Amino acid sequence: MKRLMNRHPGSIGRVFLTLLPFLLVVLAYAIASDIRLSENPSDKLLPSLTSIGSAVERMAFEPSKRSGDYLLWVDTLASLQRLAWGVGISALLGLVVGIANGVIPYVRANLSPFVTALSLIPPMAILPILFIVFGLGELSKVVLIVVGTAPFIIRDLQSRVLEIPSEQLIKAQTLGASTWQVILRVVLPQILPRLLDAVRLSLGASWLFLIAAEAIAATDGLGYRIFLVRRYLAMDVILPYVAWITLLAFIMDYALRKVSIKLYPWFHGLSKQGTAA
Amino acid sequence: MKKNSFTHVLSLFPKLLALTLVIGLAAPSPALAKDKFRVAWSIYVGWMPWGYGDNAGIVKKWADKYDIEIEVVQINDYVESINQYTAGAFDGCVMTNMDALTIPAASGVDSTALIVGDFSNGNDAVILKGKPSLKDIAGQKINLVELSVSHYLLARALESVGLAEKDVTVVNTSDADMVSAYATAGVTAVTTWNPLVSEILAMPNSHKVFDSSQIPGEIIDMMVVNTKTLAENPKLGKALTGAWYEIMSVMSGTDEAGIAARTAMADASGTDLAGYNAQLASTLMFYQPAEAVKFVNSDALPATMKNVAAFSFDHGLLGEGAQDANFIGIETPAGVVGDNGNIKLRFDPSYMKMAADGKL
Repeated sequence: MKRLMNRHPGSIGRVFLTLLPFLLVVLAYAIASDIRLSENPSDKLLPSLTSIGSAVERMAFEPSKRSGDYLLWVDTLASLQRLAWGVGISALLGLVVGIANGVIPYVRANLSPFVTALSLIPPMAILPILFIVFGLGELSKVVLIVVGTAPFIIRDLQSRVLEIPSEQLIKAQTLGASTWQVILRVVLPQILPRLLDAVRLSLGASWLFLIAAEAIAATDGLGYRIFLVRRYLAMDVILPYVAWITLLAFIMDYALRKVSIKLYPWFHGLSKQGTAA
Repeated sequence: MKKNSFTHVLSLFPKLLALTLVIGLAAPSPALAKDKFRVAWSIYVGWMPWGYGDNAGIVKKWADKYDIEIEVVQINDYVESINQYTAGAFDGCVMTNMDALTIPAASGVDSTALIVGDFSNGNDAVILKGKPSLKDIAGQKINLVELSVSHYLLARALESVGLAEKDVTVVNTSDADMVSAYATAGVTAVTTWNPLVSEILAMPNSHKVFDSSQIPGEIIDMMVVNTKTLAENPKLGKALTGAWYEIMSVMSGTDEAGIAARTAMADASGTDLAGYNAQLASTLMFYQPAEAVKFVNSDALPATMKNVAAFSFDHGLLGEGAQDANFIGIETPAGVVGDNGNIKLRFDPSYMKMAADGKL
């Protein structure tokens, strides 16, 4: 008989096992909600799936009574723009400073301890300073994401650069490469997939800082809406928003992984044709 | 709201499952006569007495008198404390009249305003940077906690100069960050409450252009308890009310005990005695139960609640089921506001009356 560790579920079984925990959560929710609603039909803490459904319809497919906007889409667009700016700037900073730190000892001696110290400051604790310097508009929200995630990406890429075998760097130099050429031809191509990895891992933190920023001062955004309607316990709006955020984050993570596999198959142990090497 | 067949099937789903499955997620059903009660409070000038009364043993003394236990819990986040009360984690909670209508009452939790402690008499204010008159507010961005009493105050302020909310842009801003937000160049107008108001007015070029003393008696701070719990346990109402007015008589005194009590409350709210006295000056405290009873019995209360209900309905705070501002019934001694068949918020002066008559 095959050992348990060698037995694999079939493709249908795999789908079932994947969906099972999700279904159980929905089921447990539906039962708990039903019990609460049978005691108080107006209970808002655990609204029924039907009222969640009608809240989704209201937020996503009907124009708002007050502004005429389709709120879910307006909020999503606003949040994604802030997130794209924040993550984009963080990634760029991470790439530039991370490589400079990793390759050039003078820069490393100068910046590396500073970046380490910066990365250890909890950004939420210095919010008032960020506000006064960057104002309360879009800029401060993007800055909060950058402050929260860029130091992490920089540190990660710096250590990835330092992991590049010194033989490679020496070989390139014996072939006559300058510092700039080593960065461009040896370091950069090996670091880019690691950058995508670091960005993937920091997406969770980026969302956290985005929502925190929107909770503090905003006129739109996914985090804004959640914290606004929390004022009257509208869980029928909050729960689908949370599910939507989770879905968006999952799609981003998945897309980054696919891009990485497509562009850098060697990094994932694959040949150019996408089969295992 | 139209129901498509998919959501209809979804709605049947849990009912079938609830029959076949027993899961420990059920909300615990409250025992009929429980002896232990929990009430929540959060930091605000008019609610600091609860913390003091708990620490000084006054609440325990009154609970012992009626042979019950009362746990007084401080919650750092005001809205969260109301949400917890609404979800059933507390038997009572301090809140304003507007939040009592829009959170527990709108969630179907029948609630009673047991003790009306005070009303804001200047504690909430509209502040402009560099502009001395309320009329200058037109076209500005105003930072405030959206859907809170600040928002209500702003709506009343705009009304008073013939403007409407569409003439301004409201920016939802966390109260914790209001003072630092005001210090930034982009912020030119805020609406908020004390102690933030005094912090902000202390900054240069700040003008208070409207405050709650211009709408006296409309922003009311009270201890709200679950109506069903109160009906089953009148002892809870008696103990809380008795404790409250004992605290009031201590803190309103000019003697050493009164000063010590106010100093303790000042410390707990992060200010000093002078700061706390200044906040008390813009709060109309009902130190005597008879004053509170008179206020609750007045004709002004239903008129105020009518305004509050209209504002709440306009901003979608009464829930999707509400067809108009009269959806939720509010019972006051001078008459019912809204739907008589759906009363979810009750102003009940009977316990304060007992205190006034010395019957506790």
